[in-house]
Amino acid sequence: MRPASVKEAAAKIMFAAAATISILAVALICVFLFANGVPAIAEIGLPEFLLGTTWKPNSGMYGIFPMIVGSIYVTAGAIIIGVPAGVACAIFLSRFASGKVASVLVPGIELLAGIPSVVYGFFGLMLVVPFIRNTMPSRGLSLLAAAFILGIMILPTIITVSKSALDAVPSKYYEGALALGATHERSVFRVLVPAAVSGIMAAIVLGVGRAIGETMAVVMVAGNQPIIPTSIFEGVRTMTSNIVLEMGYAADLHRGALIATGVVLFVFIMLITALFNAIKKNEVSR
Amino acid sequence: MMGKNDTPLELSAVGATGAAGANAVGNMPPISKYDNVSPRHNMSVRIASLVMRGVVYLGAIVATAVLLLIVGYILINGVPYITPSLFEWEYTSENVSLMPALIDTVLMAACSLIIAVPIGVGSAVYLVEYAPRGSRFVRIVRITTETLQGIPSIIYGLFGMLFFVTALHWGLSLLSGACTLAIMILPTIMRTTEEALLAVPDSYREGGFGLGAGRLRTVMRCVMPSAAPGITSGIILALGRCVGEVAALLFTAGTIAQIPNFVGQGAFAFLDSCRTLAVHMYVLASEGLHMNETYATAVVLLVVVTVLNLAANVAIKKLRKD
Repeated sequence: MRPASVKEAAAKIMFAAAATISILAVALICVFLFANGVPAIAEIGLPEFLLGTTWKPNSGMYGIFPMIVGSIYVTAGAIIIGVPAGVACAIFLSRFASGKVASVLVPGIELLAGIPSVVYGFFGLMLVVPFIRNTMPSRGLSLLAAAFILGIMILPTIITVSKSALDAVPSKYYEGALALGATHERSVFRVLVPAAVSGIMAAIVLGVGRAIGETMAVVMVAGNQPIIPTSIFEGVRTMTSNIVLEMGYAADLHRGALIATGVVLFVFIMLITALFNAIKKNEVSR
Repeated sequence: MMGKNDTPLELSAVGATGAAGANAVGNMPPISKYDNVSPRHNMSVRIASLVMRGVVYLGAIVATAVLLLIVGYILINGVPYITPSLFEWEYTSENVSLMPALIDTVLMAACSLIIAVPIGVGSAVYLVEYAPRGSRFVRIVRITTETLQGIPSIIYGLFGMLFFVTALHWGLSLLSGACTLAIMILPTIMRTTEEALLAVPDSYREGGFGLGAGRLRTVMRCVMPSAAPGITSGIILALGRCVGEVAALLFTAGTIAQIPNFVGQGAFAFLDSCRTLAVHMYVLASEGLHMNETYATAVVLLVVVTVLNLAANVAIKKLRKD
């Protein structure tokens, strides 16, 4: 073989090898998580682990039901807070803002997407938590604070993804609505937004994924009591915070139970990713 | 994507006008209240429009105000406490210097990029330039990158702890942390590189082949230069994620505020524990003893991340100009 063709073949093999690394990484992550988590689940018992309401590692009780509920509550709260403002902001940027306003706001929001979660958490700890403590019947560190901070954190995601969905709607939809005598607002809300709804749904699912996986900001403001909260003013612990709080000193079955918490979280994320892909596929095929 | 969407909506629009037309002819009461344009109805349409407009403006104002509030609050509380003692070489519990953390951040980010960039760019090149489009291998790689993209950082942290720290016996170290981060940022680099490569017109490749260059030379000399700004912006975005990451590093790189001693230990310094700026800030905030310094650290962190994001934007603009 000529040297050049050897070089070509070597390059091709190297690029292909690089491409297999991501497959390898996913395989390794699954193997190591499940190999360390599943035995712990087996030892505790799946129903006791998933549905047990008491988390007391010292007395050998490992029920993560409060954490699963906590993650769902916090995520739902974040969606309730973040989605209306985010979608409204996306509609504004896409169809209401003048070019000048949009050219300032859009890069600004993209910059905010890059703010580290620990900064959001610290902001929540120093401003939101004291505010809740002083104005509401709460100790401050609460479900409400966590949902609020997460709602803010998912804003940039929701805004940018919804905006690109709205921008992708062909302009003849809007023009057609105007020609039928609808006002600008009515055209936007009754024609453009319904046409972009699957893109907006995708944005919300992405937001859910980000909220349920968020760790540091939640740990700092949620209070972290491993009990099912009865009101939004009480503390809450999510699956992510459960791992971060106790992994530092856990051993044996306790450690296994924390890794198993990670496994449950992983399964949740897989389901959300599948849902996201289904929405995207639906959008393409329509 | 939305193109196929046209027909049903247009049909329904035609249906609506058809119905309105029938009303006019058949002298029936209007079906929709908007068909009748008496002044009173006109008023209600205007009020509805005003309400809709109000909702949109309110949402935009709330979203912008909250995001501005966060940045403003951190800046106002942090900037006055950026003092020389915060940048002293050695960390002590009195000066809570962020200097070691800042250097660790640079080291950590550099190491993870050195690992992730060749792999990420290489696999994107394979997917776009080499692999038959739509082959099974390509599909599997796509699915795995999407999976990696959705995995939360705490799961990466758990995996890094189980694999690099425990199974490979690297301990809480710069190396374990960097490898964990490298896997975490891999999908970002792959996706942006893929997009940048796909944006290069095929005529560039045809030109390369037409001049007798092999595939490798065509990719390196004809395609890569024009995709470079896009790839750069992806790398900078990945860098920003490394800088802000905490959950993936707590149990892989540890929290010791020291600079790995490369002079004394040589390559073994890669096995030293270290804390990056974001981890440093988290530790300070949870200790709760130096709140003013925590604000100042937050400001430095914000500045670093913002500069990186601006740089990525500049790179993207350059790509669009080309």
